[in-house]
Amino acid sequence: MSRSQAALLALLAAALATLPFWIARVGLYQYLGIEILVWGLYALSFNLLLGYTGLPSFGHGAYFGVGAYAFGLMQKHVSLNLWLDLGGAILAAALCGALVAAFISHRRGIYYALMTIAFGQIFWFVAVKWHSVTGGEDGLLNLKRMPADLGFASIPLTDNVSLYYFVLVVSCLAAWLLWRIVHSPFGRVIQAIRQNETRAAFIGYNVWLYKWLVFVISAGLSGLAGALFALSQLGAFPDVMSLHSSGFVVMMTLIGGGLVSFWGPLIGAAVFFVARDALGAITSTWPLWYGLMFMAIVLLKPEGIAGMWQSRRARVAPPTVATQPGD
Amino acid sequence: MATLEARRLQMRFGDRVVLEDISLTFPDRAFTGIMGPNGAGKTTSFNVLTGRYRPTRGQVLLDGEDITGLPPRIIARKGVSRSFQLLNLFNDFTALDNVSLAVPETRRRGYAMLRRAANDSGATDKAARVLERVGLRGKERVPAKSLSYGDRRALEIGVALAAEPGVLCLDEPTSGLGTEGTARLADLIRSLKGALTLVAIEHDMEFLFSLADTVAAIHWGQVIARGTPDELRENPWVRNSNLGKLR
Repeated sequence: MSRSQAALLALLAAALATLPFWIARVGLYQYLGIEILVWGLYALSFNLLLGYTGLPSFGHGAYFGVGAYAFGLMQKHVSLNLWLDLGGAILAAALCGALVAAFISHRRGIYYALMTIAFGQIFWFVAVKWHSVTGGEDGLLNLKRMPADLGFASIPLTDNVSLYYFVLVVSCLAAWLLWRIVHSPFGRVIQAIRQNETRAAFIGYNVWLYKWLVFVISAGLSGLAGALFALSQLGAFPDVMSLHSSGFVVMMTLIGGGLVSFWGPLIGAAVFFVARDALGAITSTWPLWYGLMFMAIVLLKPEGIAGMWQSRRARVAPPTVATQPGD
Repeated sequence: MATLEARRLQMRFGDRVVLEDISLTFPDRAFTGIMGPNGAGKTTSFNVLTGRYRPTRGQVLLDGEDITGLPPRIIARKGVSRSFQLLNLFNDFTALDNVSLAVPETRRRGYAMLRRAANDSGATDKAARVLERVGLRGKERVPAKSLSYGDRRALEIGVALAAEPGVLCLDEPTSGLGTEGTARLADLIRSLKGALTLVAIEHDMEFLFSLADTVAAIHWGQVIARGTPDELRENPWVRNSNLGKLR
């Protein structure tokens, strides 16, 4: 990591750590911070597939949703222990991801994308139709925010500020894990697969297994984001599994610059929600304007916001080595 | 020891028979050249030998072991490495990363998710030596996509070589190279000869005939001639074909 990147990261960390103290003063509200973190974590997990492995998963809302529902069902029927329920959500989403990935990991490109959409729709359909378990279109309602029991202390999460800090800590841990993964030998192999699947196979890598593993990890962490969503929303809803909701995470990742930067998806999530609130305050047609912005970025600067930042820096000091996501 | 053998290979795609009946032995540590017109089935033979296609009939043997139809990754791990006619590189990665990914130690550590990739210095040293060998010293940090065509060709061979193969299959290694690049490649092959089993598909007859121990000519999916370069020079088919016109 270069000095300017470290400075940027420190700035971001400081902004996130102090967010509850200033967000209300700039005309926004506490809950927005939680939303950005939850979707930011979701987008970071998603980007392990899209940006790092080059696998277009356009039905990723399924695993976010499975995480949310699993968290809700666990606390309703199994245990009110927060850690157990979060673990259950990760496990459920990872299992669903493992199942789906088993059917699609031999595919690539558009065929892969289409199959992820098809499977995503199946999960959404089940969530809508299986009333007795999922609550149908209403979703699972009246979920609780259980306290975070640390053994020596139990922290209530009922107000949005303490919940924000809880979500921040969990997101940081998950982001740290993702950061380690993309900078590990495994991370290098998945990036190699993105660039050339054929070559990776011909130098002895089990491409199928790598693609399967990446999907499982990404689904599991998306499930964690979904569980945090259910915890903060006090409910789990089929809407998050819908195709347009799956599209949001793709847009966040691309606008933020997930193709060239590890943190891009987080930036994209922040831009999405701030755009929703800022544009939404002016006009109810904000999705149109946001969509136009998305199109403009994809057409003019496919590397997204992080890409703009990188090329601005590159003009100041040309890098001597190749840029890869995460550098 | 690494002797690769094709036994009565047949490969058809639907009604189209691309390999009619190919039997060839690539003896241990010898250099065997494959020549033939476009569409003769040379690259298809490579694809069958290295596991990309499963032949409709026949066998591929590596040191007597049947490896027919095994997936490319398994055949690669058994020590059969190949380069591609159309370059297959990790374009965003540096030359060094391209090669070090192919080093067997790197591959064995591929599932490690929590250690740092940057700490694999053993594989990096090996990769640097391979780059030096193929003439890319000083270009370790250049992304593959920014290398010149000739350097990319060299890197393509470097990646195949880094896998520490017993059998190295080269698909038209001189394709697109100038005189100087071809001479460099010839030097590399001379330095490899005797150390591992070499197989090369090649259109440059001068190159092939000056380096190969044996040459096989493939046409219509069959081996139509096989022998030492001198024997093949006398072969009527080779003499009559355009390919056989030696300068």
